[in-house]
Amino acid sequence: MATRFQFENSCEVGVFSKLTNAYCLVAIGGSENFYSAFESELADVIPVVKTSIAGTRIIGRLCAGNKNGLLVPHNTTDQELQHLRNSLPDQVVVQRIEEKLSALGNCIACNDHVALTHTDLDKETEEIIADVLGVEVFRQTIAGNILVGSYCALSNRGGLVHPHTSIEDLDELSTLLQVPLVAGTINRGSEVIAAGMTVNDWTAFCGSDTTATELSVIESVFKLREAQPTAIVEEMRKSLIDSYV
Amino acid sequence: MAANMFVVPQTQGTVLCCKCGILMAPNPANMCVTCLRCEVDITEGLRKHVTIMHCPECDCYLQPPRTWLKAQLESKELLTYCVKRLETDLKKVRLVNAEFIWTEPHSKRIKVKLKVQKKALNGAILEQSYVVEYVQQDHMCESCTRFQANPDQWVASVQLRQCVSHRRTFFYLEQVILKHDAAVHAIKIKQMDRGIDFFFGNNSHALKFVEFLGKVVPTDKGKRSQQLVSHDTKNNSYNYKYTYSVEISPICREDLICLPPRFAVSLGNFGPLVICTRVTNNITLLDPFTLRQCFLDRDQFWRYSFKSLLSSRQLVEYDVFNVEVVSPEYNVGGCKYVIADVEVARVNNYSKLFCVRTHLGHILKPGDRALGYDLYGVNSNDNELDKYIDLVVPDVILIKKSYEEKRQKKRGKPRPWKLKSLNMELDESSEEKMGLEYEEFLRDLEENPELRFNLSLYRDRDYQPSEIASMADDDDDVPSVPLEELLADLELSDVEDGEDSMRE
Repeated sequence: MATRFQFENSCEVGVFSKLTNAYCLVAIGGSENFYSAFESELADVIPVVKTSIAGTRIIGRLCAGNKNGLLVPHNTTDQELQHLRNSLPDQVVVQRIEEKLSALGNCIACNDHVALTHTDLDKETEEIIADVLGVEVFRQTIAGNILVGSYCALSNRGGLVHPHTSIEDLDELSTLLQVPLVAGTINRGSEVIAAGMTVNDWTAFCGSDTTATELSVIESVFKLREAQPTAIVEEMRKSLIDSYV
Repeated sequence: MAANMFVVPQTQGTVLCCKCGILMAPNPANMCVTCLRCEVDITEGLRKHVTIMHCPECDCYLQPPRTWLKAQLESKELLTYCVKRLETDLKKVRLVNAEFIWTEPHSKRIKVKLKVQKKALNGAILEQSYVVEYVQQDHMCESCTRFQANPDQWVASVQLRQCVSHRRTFFYLEQVILKHDAAVHAIKIKQMDRGIDFFFGNNSHALKFVEFLGKVVPTDKGKRSQQLVSHDTKNNSYNYKYTYSVEISPICREDLICLPPRFAVSLGNFGPLVICTRVTNNITLLDPFTLRQCFLDRDQFWRYSFKSLLSSRQLVEYDVFNVEVVSPEYNVGGCKYVIADVEVARVNNYSKLFCVRTHLGHILKPGDRALGYDLYGVNSNDNELDKYIDLVVPDVILIKKSYEEKRQKKRGKPRPWKLKSLNMELDESSEEKMGLEYEEFLRDLEENPELRFNLSLYRDRDYQPSEIASMADDDDDVPSVPLEELLADLELSDVEDGEDSMRE
C-alpha cells in the first residue's frame, strides 16, 4: 500500500528517509508528523530509527542498505555510528566506508539480491558492498545518468526507473536485476525517482505531489496491492472451500 | 577504438502521463500536452484587447507617436502593424505564426491569431495559440484634418509656362508625365493661359517635379518664391507656401531659328538659319543646307535665350514639281537626309516658282505636297536677322512632307489607338482652339516615331475598322502607328467588361 506525505512541506521524502525490509531510518524533523507516518505503518513489524548522518538530515541519499547491512559514508560521526549499531537489529551489519563519492544513496541502488552502482566507484567499495550487503554488484547507467541510486527505486519485487530510459536499456536492466522494471515519474512528473519515494516489499512512501496515475504505476510494479491482508485471505479461501452448499 | 563502434539502437519507451495516465513519449515535463496546457498558460499576462486608431478618410492606422500607415484590411502591412503594436508583450515569448481571423469590415474589430512558444516547467517548450482583438477607433489623421479644413490647401506650387502661341509642348508633356507618374502627388492641376499650374502638398514633391521637368523638356532652373503663412513664436517654426516658376524654352520642333551671330560663331559658323528637329531636355538644331547638327543643353540655351524666327503656325503648303538629288544619303543623328534641288510653288499662289535647296530629298517626289517657311513673302521682325549683313536668305525652307490630301480621304475615320489624359481643370474659353491643336498633335505623333518613344499609346477598345477603308488602305502611305507599339489598356473597373478587362 502506498502512502503520500511530506517532510516539512517538501515532497522529496526519499531524501529524508531510508526504508528496507528489516528497518527504517528517518531524519529528525521539526514536527513529529514524518516519524509518526512511518510509525503508523511499520511500528509492529520493523524498527523505525531517528538519526542523522554526518550531522545532516539527508540521510536517504547518504547511506545505502538492505536487510543484510547498512553502508554509511566516511564523514559519519562515531556517535551516529554507535547509535545506529545500537538501534538496528543484530543481523544488520553497519559499516562505514572510505569512498570519495560519499553520497552512497545516490551512487548505489540495491535490493536484497542485486545492486547497481555508479560506474566510477572504487573496486574496494564494490567488494565491501558485495560482502556487507550480500549482493551481486553491477556497474550501470540509467538513461545515460551515472547516479543510479537517484534515478531508480528498487525492491525485491519490482523497480521504477527514470522516464527517459529506452526500451533496450529497460530490458538489459531487467535481466540484470531479475525483477520487472517500468519507466515512470514521481511527484507530478519529477524524474528523480529515488528522491521522491522510498519502498520495500510490502509498502511504499511517496511525496504528496504524486498523482493518482503515478501511484497506480507504483502499486502495480512493486506489487503492493497483493500485500493487502484481505487479498491473501481471498486466495486462501479459494483453496479452503471446496464446494458451495 | 574501432571506427565503427557497435552502438545499441535506442528506441524510446512510453510512460504514463502523470496526470491523466495516457501513454505518451517522455518529455521534460512528463505530462501529456493536454495536461500541460491545462497546467500552464503561457499567454498569461499578454494583452488580448488592443485599441488602434484608424483614419476613415485615408484608411490609415496610427503608429504612435505620429506616423500614419496606410494599410488595407487583411493585408501584409496591416498584419505587420498589428504585431508591432504588441511588441512589448511579444518580448516575453517567441512568436511563431500570425494570421488574420475574418471579421465583418464594418464591425471595427480586427482579430489576429498568434502562435507563441515559451519555456514551461522543467524546460519543456510549449506552443500555444491565442486570439488578440483590435478595436478600431476612428480618428482623422493630421493631413486629412488639414485637408478637410481647407481643401485648397497647397503648400507648394509649380507654375509651368511657355511663351508660344500653341500648346503642342503641353500635350506632349502631359503624356510624358502620365507615363512616368510624375504628378501622382499633385493635389490639383490647373490649366492656365500659356501654361499649366501644379499644386502639391509638400515642398519636396514640388522640387522633385521641377527636377523631372528639367529632364524631359528644356526648362530654365526655376525661380522659387515663398510666402509666409503662419509663424509659431513659441518654438520659432514657420509655415511657408512655396511657388516655383519654371519656363520652358520657346523653341519647338519644326521652328526656324536665326541664331545670334556670336552664338553661331562659337559653334563654328553654324547656320545662322537652322531648323529645330527635336526637343527633349536638349534642343537639336539642324542646318538644312549643310546637314550639320548641333545639340544645345538647357544651360547653353538659356545663356543666349534666343527666340525662333518662324514657328509651325506659319507653315505654308507648297506643291513639289521637280526633285533633283544633289548629294548621297547622309545619316545625321539617326535620321536620313538627302540634299536635293526642288522646284516648288505655293499652293494658293502658283504665280511664282521657287528653285530651292532642301534636305528632304529622301521623301519628296514630284507631285508631293510639302510644308515650309515662306521667307520670300514674310516680313520678319527679328533683331538677329538684321545683324547679319551678308546673309543670303533662301526664299523657301521646306520642313516636312504634307499628308493633308491623303488625310482628306481618311477624314472622320477613327484611330485605332488613344491617349490618356491628366486630371486637369480646364480653361473653358479656349476649348475649341484646343480641339484643333490636339488633332494636330495626334497627327504629329503618327508621323514621328521618335516622338512616340517616350509615351504610352493605348489600344482603343471601341475602334472598329470600317470595311470600305480596309480595301482602300493598301496602297495608302499615310503614316500610322504600328500595332506593336500599342499597349493594352489594363482596366480594373467593375463596369460591363468584367471578364474582358484582362484580355490582351
